[in-house]
Amino acid sequence: MTTRDTPRLELTGITKRFPGVLANDHVGFAVQPGEIHALLGENGAGKSTLVKMIYGIMQPDAGEIRWNGQPITVTSPKAARRLGIGMVFQHFSLFEAMTVLENIALGMDAKIPARELEAKILDVMKHYGLKLEPRRIVSTLSVGERQRIEIVRALLLNPKLLIMDEPTSVLTPQEVDQLFVVLRKLAAEGCSILYISHKLHEIKALCDTATILRGGKLVDTCNPKVETSRSMAEKMIGGSLKDIQRQPGAQFGAEKLVISDLSIPAAGHFGTALKGISFAVHAGEIFGIAGVAGNGQNDLLLALSGEVLSARPEAVTVDGKPIGLHAAKARRLFGMATVPEERNGHAAVPVFSLADNAILTARDRLGLAKSGMIRAGAAWTYADEVIEAFAVKATGPQAMAESLSGGNLQKYIMGREILQKPAVLVVSQPTWGVDAGAAAAIHQALVDLAAKGSAIVVISQDLDELLALCDTLAVINEGRLSKPMQVAGADIEEIGLLMGGIHGDAQATAAAKEALAHAH
Amino acid sequence: MRIKLEKRPAPSVAMMVLTPVLSVLLTMLIGVIVFDFLGVDGFGAVRDIFLTPILASYKWQDVAVKAAPLVIIALGLSVGNRAQVWNIGAEGQYIIGALFAAGVGIAAGDLGGPFVVLAMVLAGILGGALWAAVPALLKTRWDVNEILSSLMLTYVAGQVLGYLVGGPWKDPNGRNFPATAPLHDNQVLPIVFPGTTVHLGVIVALILPFAFWWLMARSMFGFQVRVVGAAPQAARHGGFDTKQTIWLALVISGAMAGLAGAFEFTGALHAINLGFPSGYGFTAIIVSFLGRLNPIGCLIAGVVLAITYVGGQVAQTTVHIPSSTAGIFQAMMLFLILASDIFIRYRIRFVSRRPQAAAVAGE
Repeated sequence: MTTRDTPRLELTGITKRFPGVLANDHVGFAVQPGEIHALLGENGAGKSTLVKMIYGIMQPDAGEIRWNGQPITVTSPKAARRLGIGMVFQHFSLFEAMTVLENIALGMDAKIPARELEAKILDVMKHYGLKLEPRRIVSTLSVGERQRIEIVRALLLNPKLLIMDEPTSVLTPQEVDQLFVVLRKLAAEGCSILYISHKLHEIKALCDTATILRGGKLVDTCNPKVETSRSMAEKMIGGSLKDIQRQPGAQFGAEKLVISDLSIPAAGHFGTALKGISFAVHAGEIFGIAGVAGNGQNDLLLALSGEVLSARPEAVTVDGKPIGLHAAKARRLFGMATVPEERNGHAAVPVFSLADNAILTARDRLGLAKSGMIRAGAAWTYADEVIEAFAVKATGPQAMAESLSGGNLQKYIMGREILQKPAVLVVSQPTWGVDAGAAAAIHQALVDLAAKGSAIVVISQDLDELLALCDTLAVINEGRLSKPMQVAGADIEEIGLLMGGIHGDAQATAAAKEALAHAH
Repeated sequence: MRIKLEKRPAPSVAMMVLTPVLSVLLTMLIGVIVFDFLGVDGFGAVRDIFLTPILASYKWQDVAVKAAPLVIIALGLSVGNRAQVWNIGAEGQYIIGALFAAGVGIAAGDLGGPFVVLAMVLAGILGGALWAAVPALLKTRWDVNEILSSLMLTYVAGQVLGYLVGGPWKDPNGRNFPATAPLHDNQVLPIVFPGTTVHLGVIVALILPFAFWWLMARSMFGFQVRVVGAAPQAARHGGFDTKQTIWLALVISGAMAGLAGAFEFTGALHAINLGFPSGYGFTAIIVSFLGRLNPIGCLIAGVVLAITYVGGQVAQTTVHIPSSTAGIFQAMMLFLILASDIFIRYRIRFVSRRPQAAAVAGE
C-alpha cells in the first residue's frame, strides 16, 4: 500500500444528528486510490449513515467530504454515480420477473442501446470473472448471482470508489471467496473499495486499512493485517470480549427432541416446503442448523414452535412424547420453548410492556395467569427477574418492548424463555443485529442452559456463530436437512457446498469438490 | 422554513387524552365559521348543539337516555376494534336485538313482571350476538371481510324489521300504521327516577364501562384481544387462537348492540316502528374512537355524542337548522379524531432549510 498525496476520498468532521441520537460525531478518515478500506462497527455504530452521506442519500449536518482533494457536496445518488462512486447495497433492488440484462438496463442513468449494453456487460463479466447469464430471469438466480448483477451494474460506470454494504452476509463460503477475487482485482486496477462488515476474519483477509466506529464516533484507524480479530472486536465494542465458557468433555444425555420425517407444504407464496426433515438432539447438546436465508429456516421454526402443525403426532417428539399435533400453547407445557428470528411483532409485542410480554409466552409454565385472570404482580416479578439476570438495559418491567434496542430486546426474549427452564429451546438467528457484547452474553446463556441438561437447536445464517457454539451441525437447503455432522471434525468446504445446494450424498459432494479443485 | 413530522421516541399519553378534547373544540370552531359563511347564526347553532343540553337541566334526562345505547354499543365495538375486528353492523345487531325482545314480549302475551322483562333483555342480547355471528362465521371460514358483511347485514335487518312490523307483528289497533303494539305496563323496563324518562338501562350503561375496563385490563380474555390486535403473529407465537378471538370480538360487540336495542325498546320507546333504527349503531363507532377504545373513555364520549343528538333537536327549533346537522358535527368529530391520531406517535417540528441550523435546533 503506497500512500499518495491526495486520497481518493477524505472525510473530515462529518456529523449527522437524528432525533435523540447523534449518528455520526466528527468522523474523519481517508481512502487512498486502490485501497480496500474496511468500515467496521456494530449495528447502530453509524456505518450506514456515513455511507449514505458519501453516496448522496443524506446530507451531513457538518463536516467536509473531499473527492480527489476537492471539497464536494454529493446531492443525490445520481450525482455520486457521476463522480464515480458506486454502491452495492445489502438488500438488492431487482425485479424478479425480468432478465439480468433488463434489470441492469433499468438501473442505468444514461440510455444505452440494448445491444451495446449487452456487449459492455459481457465485457465486464469476462474481465472480472463474474459468471452470469444476461438472459436469465432474476427469480431463478441464487442470492450470490443476484449480488453479481448489482456488482456488474456498479462496475459498468467505471467507479473510482465502490461501496459494499455487508456483502457477504447472504453468501456461502465459496461465493465469498469468489467475491474477494473480484474485489482484489478491482483494487489492483486502482478502484478504491469501502467495505462495510462486522466479520473480522474477512476484513483481515481482504482489507488494507480498517476504520472502526463505535456509537457514532471514530475509535481507531488501524491495519487489520497487524491487529488480531480479538483486538478489533474489543475496539468495536469498547470493552473486553468474553470467551464462551464451556465444560470440556461433557457427555450428552438421552434424546430430548426427535424430529422424524417432518414434511410441511409451503405456506403461501413465499414459504418454503419442508421435505422429510429428521434429526435428534440430546440433553446437553447444541444442534446447529446452517443455511443461506430463505431455505426453510423460518418454516422449520414455525413447525417446531407449534404455530404450524405437523401431519403426524410422531413428527415432533419431546422427551418421547409425540406433540406434532399440539399447538404452541400445549407444546410449551411439554417443555418446548422457541425464539423466532423476528423480535418485533413475532417474539414480542412492540407496544406491550416487558411484563405483558412475559405473559405472552410464560403464563402457563410460570402461572402468570390464573383462572382467566392476569396475575400482574407475578408477571412484573418475572420480568424484573429476566431484566436482572440477563442485564437487560430497560427502565423496568413497565418499559415498552419497542423502546428497547435490538440487542436488549433479544436478551430479554432469550431470558424470558431460558428462565422457564425448557426441556428444548429452539432459537432462530439468536444474535442477528445484536452487538458483540450482547451476542457473547446470549451465547453463554445457551451454553449454560445446555450444561443444565436442555437440548438446544440454533438456526443461524452465521456459520462462524454455529461453529463456535454448536456440538453438531446440519445444513438446510430448499427445505431439506443434510445429515448431521460433528462440529469438531467438520469440513468447511463441505458445509459450504451443502449450503449451495449439493445435498448430503457423498458422491455428489466429492464430484463437486473435484470440480472446485480444477477450477482453482 | 418547512414543517417536518418527526417520530416521537414513545407514544405521547398527553396527546392520547388531549386530542379527543381538541377534536371536539375544533369541531365547534369550524362549525361557527362554516355556519356564519352560510348565513346562519353559527355561534347560536354551536351553542345550542353543544352547550344548551348541558346548561338546561331539563335536557339532562334526554342526554342520559340517548347516551345509554351509545355507550353500551361502543363498549362492545371497542373490544372488536382492539382486536382489529371491524364490526360496522352494530345498527343491524341493535335492530335484531330489539326484535328478539319484542318477540319474547309478544310470546309472553299478557304475562309481565321482572322475569319477563329479564327474558326480553336476554333475548335481545342473544339476537344481537346471533346477527354478529354471521360475519364471524364468514370471516373465520371463508375469510370474508367483516366490514362488508356486517354492514350489509344491517340492511337485511332493516328489511326484517319492515316485514315484521308491517306484517305478522302489526298492531291490530294501530290504524294500519306499520308498528308493533305498545308494550303492556308490566313488560317495560322500570324507571329509576320517578317523573323522568331515565330507565334502568341508563344505570346499566353507567356500570358496564367499569366491568369492561376490568375485563380488558385484568383478564386473559382482554390480554388475548389486545395481543391479537397489536401483533397477530406474536399472538400465534404465544398460543392465542386468532379465530376464536374474531368470534368472541364479534359476538360480544353484537351482544352489546342487541342489549342496547332491547333497552331502547323496553325502556324508552315501548314499541317498534319503521323509525326505530336511529343510527345509534353507526354513531357508536364514533363514540368508540372518540373514547380511544377505552371503556371509561367510551362513557365520556357517549355523553358528548348524546349531547349533540339532543342539541340538534334544540337547534332545529331555535336557529331553524335541520336536526340532522348534528350528524355533520358528529362526522367532523370522527374525522378530526382520526386525523389527529398522528400526533400521538409523531410531533411537528419547524425546521429551516439549512441543515446546519437543523443541528442546532435538535439540541
